[in-house]
Amino acid sequence: MVKKKGEVKIQIKDLNLYYSDFHALKNINMDIRANRITALIGPSGCGKSTLLRTLNRINDTIDGVRITGEILINGKNIYGEDMQVDRVRKEVGMVFQRPNPFPLSIYNNIAFGLEINRMVKTKKETDKIVQESLEDVLLWDDLKNNLKMSALNLSLEQQQRLCVARVIAIKPQIILLDEPCSALDPKSTTNLEELMQEMKQKYTLVIVTHNMQQAARLSDDTAYMFMGNLIEFDETSIIFTNPSKKETDDYVSGRFG
Amino acid sequence: MSFKLSPKLSQQIAYTLLVISTIIVIVPVLTVIVIIIKNGWSALSWEFLTTMPKDGMRAGGILPAILGTLAIVSCAICITLPVGVCAAIYLNEYAKDNLLTRIIKLAIVNLAGVPSVVYGLFGLGIFVMLLGFGVSILAGALTLSIMELPVIITTARGALSSVPYSFREASWSLGVSKWQTIRRVVLPNALPGIMTGAILSISRISGETAPILFTAAAFYVPHLPKSMFDQVMALPYHLYIISTQIPNMPKNIIFGTALVLLLMVLSMSLIAIVARLYFRKIRKW
Repeated sequence: MVKKKGEVKIQIKDLNLYYSDFHALKNINMDIRANRITALIGPSGCGKSTLLRTLNRINDTIDGVRITGEILINGKNIYGEDMQVDRVRKEVGMVFQRPNPFPLSIYNNIAFGLEINRMVKTKKETDKIVQESLEDVLLWDDLKNNLKMSALNLSLEQQQRLCVARVIAIKPQIILLDEPCSALDPKSTTNLEELMQEMKQKYTLVIVTHNMQQAARLSDDTAYMFMGNLIEFDETSIIFTNPSKKETDDYVSGRFG
Repeated sequence: MSFKLSPKLSQQIAYTLLVISTIIVIVPVLTVIVIIIKNGWSALSWEFLTTMPKDGMRAGGILPAILGTLAIVSCAICITLPVGVCAAIYLNEYAKDNLLTRIIKLAIVNLAGVPSVVYGLFGLGIFVMLLGFGVSILAGALTLSIMELPVIITTARGALSSVPYSFREASWSLGVSKWQTIRRVVLPNALPGIMTGAILSISRISGETAPILFTAAAFYVPHLPKSMFDQVMALPYHLYIISTQIPNMPKNIIFGTALVLLLMVLSMSLIAIVARLYFRKIRKW
């Protein structure tokens, strides 16, 4: 596995996941490095989204899910008994496939997480973080005069940017992105990819994508998954040019999938 | 030998039957409303609504019946709404799909099918006699609230499950706990649906007679209710009494009473419909 530059942020150890009787993730071992973009690729149903969703324990909310193994973030097992699931999710933010802003104003979409997590005491502090977060996702200049507008009036790209802003406002260390561009047009996709490149300075990003070209141009490391197994995980340049497994080669060269 | 209609003619006949059936639905509703208004309009006056009955209820107003119904119904909704909404939250957000949950759901469905007079007898046995509340506003309200519980639970569950799952996921993923997510995200978005359901319930229980027959309603009370443990007059029961039990009852008072009850019920339904249309219009998801 990857043992090169960059500290290890997420360590997945012997991870198995079952949906009732279905064995969805089989003995996954993987070290995800900090301040890099790690892409999870593979055909539909291979378990890449499921794996992503174990990293902030949002799979816990689904009936019948059973997990064995460990996921260490900064060396601490997030499935450990003394771990509070809400605390984990605050450190590991998530952006979803379809933009899902709350049916609130733009301002309140960001203020919501801040207030509930008690990260702000005054309106002034909230204002400041709202502005910073919107600046980080390049929405501030367009929206600064319309912060009271409903977030549902925004374009899909703006909505997805707002969802990113909502996550970074609560200052997570890791951001998970589950096919974040699949509802966007090509221009918006390019814009969002540029944003992700910016974001990796501050955060560790893990992205699930259906789009192999996106993984190739965007990510630093790539994991290829098939049928619940992690087939190969290495630097993106190696996965796409000189993979060590034949299955990986078949998939990335388009002979399969 | 078989007799065949041309496709065109059979289509005509089918269409006509469908239209007639639809009209049959409207006719009785309109007739009821027209007859009640026509016969009862002359009785309606400020005095009719705000004074006590006189001359063995053959004259005067129906104030105690109006207040009695308002008292019973508002108490009932204050009991049934919180309990029903909490149960709906549990069933929709927390309950796992297991045997117990399925039994509870089955019980709710069956509770909704119990005839209202059975609730009346149940209320008589439990609240009036066993718990010793007597024939009272409280006993009637409790009986009505139990009768209405399955309806409230069902509409509230519908409202909760219509809130997109993605809102919940978004909230959880920000480190917000399950309960906070329910309180801050799910409930506010479900509230319009819950409220319209509640208003329709109020309209429905305002007109119920059987459940309050043995538990709350009195033939005649010469004063207005003073406490939760008083018997009261109630509009639907009062209407039954003046229509059947009192000789030489002026017709316009009977129909006037019916009209007041009808207006109460219809205006509630109308509020619910308008509210629903409004929320549907402003809702974007």
